[in-house]
Amino acid sequence: MNESIGSTTDIVTHLQERFPDAVQPAPAPYQGILVAQDRLVEVATYLRDELDFAYLSSVTVVDYPQPLNGMPACYDVVYHFFQGRGGPLTLHVQADRENPVVPSLVPLFPSALFQEREAWDLMGVRFDGHPDLRRILLWEGFDGHPLRKDWKEVYYEEEHKPFGSRFPDGRPVPAESRSPFGDNLRYPPGWSPRDWRPLVDVWGYAPHDELARQEDPNHPADRVVLNMGPHHPSTHGVLRLLVTLEGERIVKLEPMMGFLHRCHEKIGERNVWLGNIPYTDRLDYVCAMSNELPYVLAVEKLLGVEPPPRAQYIRVIMAEFTRFLNHAVSIGFTGNDLGIYFTAMLYALEEREHILDLFEMVSGSRLMCNYMRFGGVAHDMSEEAIALARALAFERLPRYLDQLESYFTDNELFKARAVGVGVLPPEMAVAYGCTGPLLRASGVPYDVRRAEPYFAYDDFNFDIVVGQNGDVYDRYLVRVGEMRQSLRILQQALNRLPDGPIMAGRKSATLKVPAGESYGRIEAPKGELGFYIVSDGGPNPYRYHIRAPSFVNLGVMGEICWGHLIADVVIILASIDITLGEVDR
Amino acid sequence: MSPRKRQLPEIPPELVGTVHITPIDAIYNWARKRSLWPIFFGLACCAFEMIGTFAARFDPSRFGMEIMRASPRQADLMIINGTVTKKMLPQVVRLYNQMPEPKYVLVMGACAISGGPFQEGYNVVSGIDKYLPVDVYVPGCPPRPEGLIHGILTIHAKMERESLRNLRWYKKGEVPEPIPVPELGPDLVDWRLTEKIEAMQEEVVPSQVE
Amino acid sequence: MYIGWNILKSLWITFRRFVESYIDDLRWLFKKGFGKRYTPETLPVRQHPLTKRGIFTVQYPAERLPLPERFRGFPFLVYDDETGKLLCTACGTCARVCPPQCIWIVRATDPQTGKPLREPAEFYVDISICMNCGFCAEFCPFDAIKMGHEIEVMAFDRADLLLDLEKLRRPASYDAQIHPTDYAQKQARKGE
Repeated sequence: MNESIGSTTDIVTHLQERFPDAVQPAPAPYQGILVAQDRLVEVATYLRDELDFAYLSSVTVVDYPQPLNGMPACYDVVYHFFQGRGGPLTLHVQADRENPVVPSLVPLFPSALFQEREAWDLMGVRFDGHPDLRRILLWEGFDGHPLRKDWKEVYYEEEHKPFGSRFPDGRPVPAESRSPFGDNLRYPPGWSPRDWRPLVDVWGYAPHDELARQEDPNHPADRVVLNMGPHHPSTHGVLRLLVTLEGERIVKLEPMMGFLHRCHEKIGERNVWLGNIPYTDRLDYVCAMSNELPYVLAVEKLLGVEPPPRAQYIRVIMAEFTRFLNHAVSIGFTGNDLGIYFTAMLYALEEREHILDLFEMVSGSRLMCNYMRFGGVAHDMSEEAIALARALAFERLPRYLDQLESYFTDNELFKARAVGVGVLPPEMAVAYGCTGPLLRASGVPYDVRRAEPYFAYDDFNFDIVVGQNGDVYDRYLVRVGEMRQSLRILQQALNRLPDGPIMAGRKSATLKVPAGESYGRIEAPKGELGFYIVSDGGPNPYRYHIRAPSFVNLGVMGEICWGHLIADVVIILASIDITLGEVDR
Repeated sequence: MSPRKRQLPEIPPELVGTVHITPIDAIYNWARKRSLWPIFFGLACCAFEMIGTFAARFDPSRFGMEIMRASPRQADLMIINGTVTKKMLPQVVRLYNQMPEPKYVLVMGACAISGGPFQEGYNVVSGIDKYLPVDVYVPGCPPRPEGLIHGILTIHAKMERESLRNLRWYKKGEVPEPIPVPELGPDLVDWRLTEKIEAMQEEVVPSQVE
Repeated sequence: MYIGWNILKSLWITFRRFVESYIDDLRWLFKKGFGKRYTPETLPVRQHPLTKRGIFTVQYPAERLPLPERFRGFPFLVYDDETGKLLCTACGTCARVCPPQCIWIVRATDPQTGKPLREPAEFYVDISICMNCGFCAEFCPFDAIKMGHEIEVMAFDRADLLLDLEKLRRPASYDAQIHPTDYAQKQARKGE
């Protein structure tokens, strides 16, 4: 590693000197560098091998039908790279509007595996050299690439909210009236269902069928293709796993998603800035409070607003309670999938109810809190709420944790199922862009709270919990350790909760955000949750992309399941800890 | 009107002492409503609130429904809990078709009722009632567990009003048609709309020629 | 060794919790007498994180959890108890700020002059779309729209979920009852 390179600006200058004809700084409101399309792989290799940018966090595409903010009309492919403690380094690659093709980074960074597929699915940008460029959230055969700016939905009403038809002369018109079928349906002209049969491989069986037909001379048994989900009690929602088995051993496993694809990003580009906050709650519905944080963080970066200390502390308190809640429920689900059935889950849900009582008292809703605002929080924590939080953080939750450890940690049945199962080597974890407990269990001490401290996390003493073996058992240990650290942070934060205002400036419903781009990320309970937003200076986001930890973490699922028994799949999945709302968005 | 209060048919005088009319409807419905088994089926955010409802605090075993069946063949109640997407709809319809009669559908949350906040999305079904017959709608985003339990109690009340004499699934020859399972084509292909789509296309094509 | 000490320990914990749920009932029975455990007065004790022992269940619908003041149900429109006049001035802030756009307002006009009046002629909230975010109540400059505490809302027909002005009206006394702190603050501000 080159020791002299420190800040992002230095890196940009360094790269410019190193690749004079391929790299230039991005135009004014944008950060990072603009890389020539044909030199992308070369620059990325240099970044990874020489400059230690080993972690490709997010890959996304922004559609510019017209020039905007100094960006010409193009498809702008945006990459966010991080080092151990530095970053982000933003790479912009401009793809042609007529035939958008960009070289794929999957051979260098497997973390782009799903993200490039998503970009192809929703934006229609081809990634040359991608091993498996199929649609991921929608299905093969879907008509069009919906995130393009010129693609309109069936219920399309206006480009931006608020819609003019609501006031001052707003009579309710059902959205169904916008479609001739009275439903959210549209078919290409001249298309008729009468002679139509689903020709393309909609459900993705073809690669598995092909693999199953191949014969293995060492193994006499036939290979079987098995479909798990989307309605399966152990897939934590509507995930579908397509597995090819040889006997009971897994030859190939592929997560299929999109069964909860709710068009979050398309709707988010239509909402006003403020209106997106309640939508973020619906992403990872287990931990709604911490979903709002990276979004407000990204917008606050653009606005240049710093929340007052009390608001920052309240945010930390809420984020840590959410982490505790998520890990408790996650371990409960692990027990459920192991066959302990509901016991561990019931105990976890009881603690969840207490934490949700606190959330409801503070924000007004159990699940969908809608509590954060740009520059602060919506309501102050009352004395009653603080008392409840103290009761939980100092007495109730530590007691629960002790009990959990006494019946889970040394439980022979759990250990028999978990130790040595689903081992994820650290190099693979980094390459696949895994974050959160999944990464730390493999022994990589990477935590956004330390690597890029946000809010008041610098004020607290806490340790980053790291595992050694990277198996299911270590992931469990890391989660338990993180719950302990969460309680430590909570106790410090509640003891030192400062007085003062909870909002910087006034609340405003119609907010205009200065033009530019911003990437806000936090250490969500499941990993790094990032929001990439582009503003054109208006009251709505121009681009609103979510880098969901569950989605990227799932990319490694196929690798770590290889060679395991089919019964281990559910527990490996539980140990990765996904929420489908976040995977599919 | 609850069945207990319902007037029993009068016994003719010559048969008094030989025939007893028991409120069989009441017993039958009581047994049915006290063992209403929901299908273990989670779609989106509301599913998590449903799990919360089915845990210790709101304990549905008080109503005899703590057991959630993963197989549709053993379930009586389908709680549609969350956004139904076009990609998921074929599976939802198939599960509904596989459930034995009598079956009930409770729609929980704004998304499942009408698409809710995600209504305008390109992959969202704007209301499951376009495909399945719905008994009770419970709005909210998500509804509180009390709201869900209230919806379930409403289904209980609905069961109480049913009588063996006029139930559809005990009549001869009345086998309900399964709902045609939609397919994934250029958009969701709803087979019931075939003729309408063709009529629409004929309208569209000449206008394009002009 | 698979079946070992720790499994027994785990089983002991579950067994203890199982027994505790009965013991707590008996404890109440001996201390306070029959039928004293499940009363409204003991509900906060049974639900508090530190004093809770035994069964955690709320016997809904016989008893119900108190809702916190800030709880966000579905929106309602406040009217003055005496005059019966809505506080709403049809300014349209709620319709503009609503993230899923489920509020429709028709502003009333003076039948003689045709000038817009400061009151709504029609007001619709589609609670089959409403996401309970509470922005309408938060940003209303006149405190005319509030989030209610009704949780047992259900319908047999989707059309019933479109609430019009009649279904949305609630008296100010109801608002004062469910939002006591908020209402007291508002009165104090008025008095100044």
